[in-house]
Amino acid sequence: MTRREERAGAPMSAPRAAGLGLLGLACLFAVAEAVPRLGLIDPRHLPPATAIVRRLAAELGDADLWTALGETMRSWAVGLALACCLAVALGVLIDAVPGLRAATASTIEFLRPIPSVALIPLATLLFGAETGSTLLLVVYASFWQVLIQVLYGVADVDPVARETARSYRLGRWARLRHLVWPTALPYVMTGVRLAAAVAFILAVTAELVIGSPGLGLRIQLAQSGGAVTEVYALIVLAGLVGVAVNAVVRAVERRVLAWHPSVRGEVAR
Amino acid sequence: MSAAGTRPAGPLRRAALRLLRVLGLPVLLVLGWWIYSVAEPTFYLPTPGRVAGAFTEVWFSARITEDVLPSVGRLLTGYALAGLLGVGLGVAIGSSRALRAAAEPVLEFFRAVPPPVLVPLITLLAGLDTTMKVLVIVSGCVWPVLLNTVEGVRAVDEVLADTGRCFGLRGPARLRHLVLPAASPQIMAGLRQALSIGIILMVIGEMFASTSGIGHTVVLFQRGFAIPEMWSGIVVLGLLGFGFSLAFRAAERRILAWHLARGEERGRHA
Amino acid sequence: MLEITGLGKTYEGRGGVEALRKIDFRVDGGDLVCVVGPSGCGKTTLLKCVAGLLTPTAGEVRVAGRRVTGPPPGMAVVFQEYGRSLFPWMTVRKNVELPLREKKVPAPRRRELVEEALAAVGLADAAAAHPWQLSGGMQQRVAIARAIAYEPRVLLMDEPFAAVDAQTRAELEDLLLTLWRRLGVTTLLVTHDIDEAVYLGRRVIVLSSAPTVVQEDLAVDLPAARDQITTRSAPRFAELRAHVYAQIKQAKGRAAGDRTAGDRAAEESAPPRQVPSPAPRDLKRKTDGRTR
Repeated sequence: MTRREERAGAPMSAPRAAGLGLLGLACLFAVAEAVPRLGLIDPRHLPPATAIVRRLAAELGDADLWTALGETMRSWAVGLALACCLAVALGVLIDAVPGLRAATASTIEFLRPIPSVALIPLATLLFGAETGSTLLLVVYASFWQVLIQVLYGVADVDPVARETARSYRLGRWARLRHLVWPTALPYVMTGVRLAAAVAFILAVTAELVIGSPGLGLRIQLAQSGGAVTEVYALIVLAGLVGVAVNAVVRAVERRVLAWHPSVRGEVAR
Repeated sequence: MSAAGTRPAGPLRRAALRLLRVLGLPVLLVLGWWIYSVAEPTFYLPTPGRVAGAFTEVWFSARITEDVLPSVGRLLTGYALAGLLGVGLGVAIGSSRALRAAAEPVLEFFRAVPPPVLVPLITLLAGLDTTMKVLVIVSGCVWPVLLNTVEGVRAVDEVLADTGRCFGLRGPARLRHLVLPAASPQIMAGLRQALSIGIILMVIGEMFASTSGIGHTVVLFQRGFAIPEMWSGIVVLGLLGFGFSLAFRAAERRILAWHLARGEERGRHA
Repeated sequence: MLEITGLGKTYEGRGGVEALRKIDFRVDGGDLVCVVGPSGCGKTTLLKCVAGLLTPTAGEVRVAGRRVTGPPPGMAVVFQEYGRSLFPWMTVRKNVELPLREKKVPAPRRRELVEEALAAVGLADAAAAHPWQLSGGMQQRVAIARAIAYEPRVLLMDEPFAAVDAQTRAELEDLLLTLWRRLGVTTLLVTHDIDEAVYLGRRVIVLSSAPTVVQEDLAVDLPAARDQITTRSAPRFAELRAHVYAQIKQAKGRAAGDRTAGDRAAEESAPPRQVPSPAPRDLKRKTDGRTR
């Protein structure tokens, strides 16, 4: 491992990397401060970074913002949980019933690439500008992410292990519990991680476009009111929440898989 | 003789079974929808027949040239720009350890910003014209491409890189023969994510603030309670998504032929 | 052709690992020299310094009189990890051709060199295949073909046959000898296999364990024409093999700190040593009992 010292791909020491990372963030901040101050971009279009941060701090003192954020996160959590349960149940069912995988393949291949935003008009008709609309979009979008991974996972069960289990006359439930589920779990977690990011995007999107309550609606209101600084502040907030969502899900994934013997590569599709 | 008589039925039966597998469930689903919508007529769920009728009526018209093609054109323009930008920056950042460490938190942040929130922002900055819609698509699509390229370039195999150095592979030749091919599986994964984000942004850009495009038309139908027409718009969006995904997969099969075949080879020996 | 003087390499980082302390030896033009040493003695580090892939922290490497600061022109390297050293997105032909293209060899000559090299390693029919479609031994043949098509003045090989099965290994060893005899290219081969070193080398350089110095520089006085059966069963082969084996055992057993600088200096400046008499130990070992 010491041999890699002179390579671009080699890891560097953690404090040095963290220092450089901070430097990168500082540079971004400095540029975002300097560009409007120097008049390179009209400050009405891009307020200085300090103004955005001040505005964000003011927003965070506002109870309404926390209510809106709570709405968004609730839609995110409920939608994600629903989608995961549905996808895992369906994935396991497809694996368990002979022939079902072949029969459903074409339908899944067709439905999966349908952009979730295509359902926005339908959601608006069915639920109006309410949380139901957000949930519909969140569930639809994250469902496919998990389902695809579950299907990869259950297909990955070692055939020899499968035959061993059958030769010992393990029942259907025992096979599921001790063979299929542990094999599929890393894939499921990958699916959940991908779905969590997608779910957050769709939650905000639905609020933004349909106007259901939440962070997205606040951004839309700020935009239509011409409050540019507030729009920026809320976008920064959305980004920070997104970073937090990714970090939490990754931590959960590591915990859940800490005991897992296999280290699996991520399935690209 | 009888054996010879039954034998040709084999492939035929297999083909029939295959057809049944591919089409069976979709046909059942459409049939179910049809029966349901006839038995229990609701305002929101017209029969498949009416949707199909609205589809031909609405979309086989000037709308193709006025709404669909411009939408698709903007999507492709933005997507291509994002691809170039993402791969270019990604190669630069991925090749330098220090730059990568410095850029990582910034990129993590930008990736985590839900791309659709950029729509209102860019509307404020660039107005409602084509530039804004393309810009929206670029600003959303560039991150997955960029991040995946960085990762792919970073992970170029050490032995391969040494081999390249020994044989004097430098500059553009190194990029073309070593770095880009080695990173291509990752880059394609990024482009795939970017494509679905691009479609979403295309639709949202048009829904949010536009006077034309598929997204705009669909929302108009919904607001006017033209339900079969609205459904036909959803079908168009679905078909677009499906079509792009097919096209992408075909492109990927060509570009990553070596990678996919190698994976199969490994799977066989494993 | 190849001069290594006072070469040292210490990896920076916590504590600083001293991989190579002071390595001196030279390889004459057209010679075939094998480097063996106990595992972890820095054989690969040495080779990478010679190849210009690593910068030494002391001393220098000269190829044809010119100091090595990066991969020098006219040098080809064959790595142990053939699967990672061939470009998987290129066919066998393209793999062999790419370095020639970079060397600005005109197209007709390029084609000629590729054909010749592939024919020389017995892979003329596999030119259109991708490397990963071939067996391990065939992949390493492609890597060798790429190296010889490059027409190098110096050929470096880093445990080139360590990752293939025993029979393929014997075949590849003979292939290397044939090619070397035909092309007369200066070759430096690093291996952990004592039999292989004695069988292939005209000289064997035995390294000590880390921090590494040259433990012995041994001339192999076997007949130039070698083959797997007669050479390996010759009594002289067994003697040399036993001698090198004893040296390595000694290197492993002795902590490097015990040795005085004077010892080392005496050994390093010594010319290639001849083994005068049968080594007492290990003579009874079967010749095919490889030490791995």
